[in-house]
Amino acid sequence: MKRRQLAFFVLAGLTALLAGCSTVHPWERATLADYAMRPDRDPVHNTMMEHIYFSREASSGGRGVGGSGCGCN
Amino acid sequence: MSSPTKLITGLACVLALAASAPAEVKVGQPFPSLAGYALEGPLPPLAGQVVLVDFWATWCAPCKASFPAYSELARELAGRGFVLLAVSVDKTRGPYDEFLQRFAPAFPTVRDGAQKLVAEVQVPAMPTSYLIDRHGVLRAVHSGFHGADTVRSLREEIIRLLEEKP
Repeated sequence: MKRRQLAFFVLAGLTALLAGCSTVHPWERATLADYAMRPDRDPVHNTMMEHIYFSREASSGGRGVGGSGCGCN
Repeated sequence: MSSPTKLITGLACVLALAASAPAEVKVGQPFPSLAGYALEGPLPPLAGQVVLVDFWATWCAPCKASFPAYSELARELAGRGFVLLAVSVDKTRGPYDEFLQRFAPAFPTVRDGAQKLVAEVQVPAMPTSYLIDRHGVLRAVHSGFHGADTVRSLREEIIRLLEEKP
């Protein structure tokens, strides 16, 4: 492949990658501020994840709850 | 100029243009005329008035906190040549109407649904308020709402501008 062609493809690739970058302005954050974007929006799912973290991660006292991490809870 | 150099220069120009944005309005500069942005809602008479333009949105929690305080400020300084104008950046009408019904502000509000004015001003955070003197010059910018501290400094600055000779 000629050097010129290689340079073209490298630059085209870089341009495509850079075109994917975007800044979300403060006035465009309506969707990000929506309740649905919160990771803790579902209390049942949240409780389940807390339990998994507590019992499987060997995190003694993890998230404010005492435990040995034995997975027997 | 060789072909690869031309290509690189062309791509750099395209990227520079894509990344460019309107410059932020700075203190000491004239604030853009609000009449030219097709804002939804009637604009109050602003000529010769000290104006506080507050950019807000229904989805912004500090904006909700600011409304009662700004209503109190607008009532206190009414009739002294001061106008508080709230500019919503909500793209849709429904939440905007509901918000106004719920909070019933004591100051006029308009909606910048196309977000042209807010993009021109380059608001750094939500909410941000711009204090403009009687000659249309931007004199102070308050980014965010920090409760009593914001209200206190705004009141002092507004009164100082009202006491300036027209």
